[in-house]
Amino acid sequence: MTDVPAPSPPRSPARRVAFPPNWPARIALAALALYVVYACSVLDITWARFVAGFGHGARFLSRMFPPNFAHDKLELLYHGMTESLQIAIIATVAGVLLSLPLGLMAARNLSPLPLAWTARALIALFRTFHPVIIAILFVKAVGFGALAGMLALIVASLGFISKLVAEAVEEMSMRQVEAVRATGAPFLSLVIMGVLPQVMPRFIGFSAYQLDSNLRNSALVGLVGGGGIGATLFTAFQRFDYDFVLTIVLAIIAIVMVGEVLSGWMRRLFQ
Amino acid sequence: MDAPTPFERAAGDIDRALVIRNLRKEYRPGHPVLKDVSLTVEGRGMTAIIGPSGTGKSTLVRCINRLVDPTSGEIHFRGHDMARLGGRELRTARRRMGMVFQEYNLVERLSVIENVLCGRLGYVAVWRAWLRKFPARDVDRAFHLLDAVGLGDFATQRADQLSGGQRQRVGIARALMQEPDLLLADEPTSSLDPKTSVEIMELIARRAAERDIPVIVNIHNVDLARRFADRIVGMSKGEIVFDGPPRALQDAHLLQIYGGEGWLQ
Repeated sequence: MTDVPAPSPPRSPARRVAFPPNWPARIALAALALYVVYACSVLDITWARFVAGFGHGARFLSRMFPPNFAHDKLELLYHGMTESLQIAIIATVAGVLLSLPLGLMAARNLSPLPLAWTARALIALFRTFHPVIIAILFVKAVGFGALAGMLALIVASLGFISKLVAEAVEEMSMRQVEAVRATGAPFLSLVIMGVLPQVMPRFIGFSAYQLDSNLRNSALVGLVGGGGIGATLFTAFQRFDYDFVLTIVLAIIAIVMVGEVLSGWMRRLFQ
Repeated sequence: MDAPTPFERAAGDIDRALVIRNLRKEYRPGHPVLKDVSLTVEGRGMTAIIGPSGTGKSTLVRCINRLVDPTSGEIHFRGHDMARLGGRELRTARRRMGMVFQEYNLVERLSVIENVLCGRLGYVAVWRAWLRKFPARDVDRAFHLLDAVGLGDFATQRADQLSGGQRQRVGIARALMQEPDLLLADEPTSSLDPKTSVEIMELIARRAAERDIPVIVNIHNVDLARRFADRIVGMSKGEIVFDGPPRALQDAHLLQIYGGEGWLQ
């Protein structure tokens, strides 16, 4: 084994560089840092204001303790909370039912392109604005109360789930679909036997996640007049009932945590 | 002297035959995968299509049931030109053509029996598929077919729990469930071991003979083609370069079909 050829010397004596400097990235990072400093100065963000804010925050917090568990307050809390739960559950069910056909329409491997692009445009529109902004629009359209909040959350659910359904459908195995198509199945039967079995577990996962997210957002839409616990919270703020605010916040945290556990459990159940 | 094969018998029942005329398919304009192929398949027996990868065998078979849309040409079967059908007419014609796939193409998350019953989707109403309320006759037949392919005990298992050979048996049962007048098989053994491959080919040949329907099978394996087919069609670069009974297939033909020669030794 002595005649193994020695590695040939490098053609050029110059050192080879394993990690050449990436000048465009360096320049971009430097520009970003400069812009952050500039934006802070324009917005008048200073250390002094930050420190003063801490003081206000501490006073606000001290007025929250102890949380208010008076009987009349708990009744308000209960009414607001049940309304929020109802808003969240109705919005999730309606959103989930509507998002399946919309998501299928938006999948480019299943529906004709003009239809797919129309559905995609609709989904993009639903996703453009935060649920709170949509809630403001619905409050203007149908008036204060749970209906406006519910409609806003339906739109938000539709935007979220149908987009993910469309993506799940586009990622599914076309082989399985092709085989069902080859049997002469009409389109809806093809969807039922070839497409849904492939996307159902993920669809249930999205729906559980959306229920979780609607529980959070149902509190949010109430702040702008969409009913539910958000409305109660807003009123408490307006009346400087900070101890009741804390009660409400604790209740929301509890509900959201329960929702998270429930949705996780639901996803595991259907995997 | 061997008994005459169905191909040699030149069966008189032309109305059962598949007649392909000048079939052309271009995935990219100006680059035909099939160059005006014409082929007549009689109403019974197994026709094996051999040829190198990428030569259009799969496209040819997929054009027959229109999983692929041909660019031009005619595909006549049982009184219809498949190439011109659309919508409901196409689906009605398709349900009489069973297809077996290389990767089995079972719906993985459905049970074995549901996969077999997929073969009835062209016949049953959508609500029956939705509620899984297939007619009792279909369900009985599905169980019967599963027994016939040796998987009677697996009916309620999920398809993704089966081995390759078992999946292909389910695929065959699904195709037979359609009560087909023609069986198409696109590389049905390419993902299987040699022993299972032979068993699958035997199963396809036997079931097709029982139904007295023709089979068109794409196959890489020349030995399997020789062993099971009544007729061999050799394709090269989108054209048919050999067409005859297995014993007429000589090494010279294989050279013409596949090119090169070192591999033949």
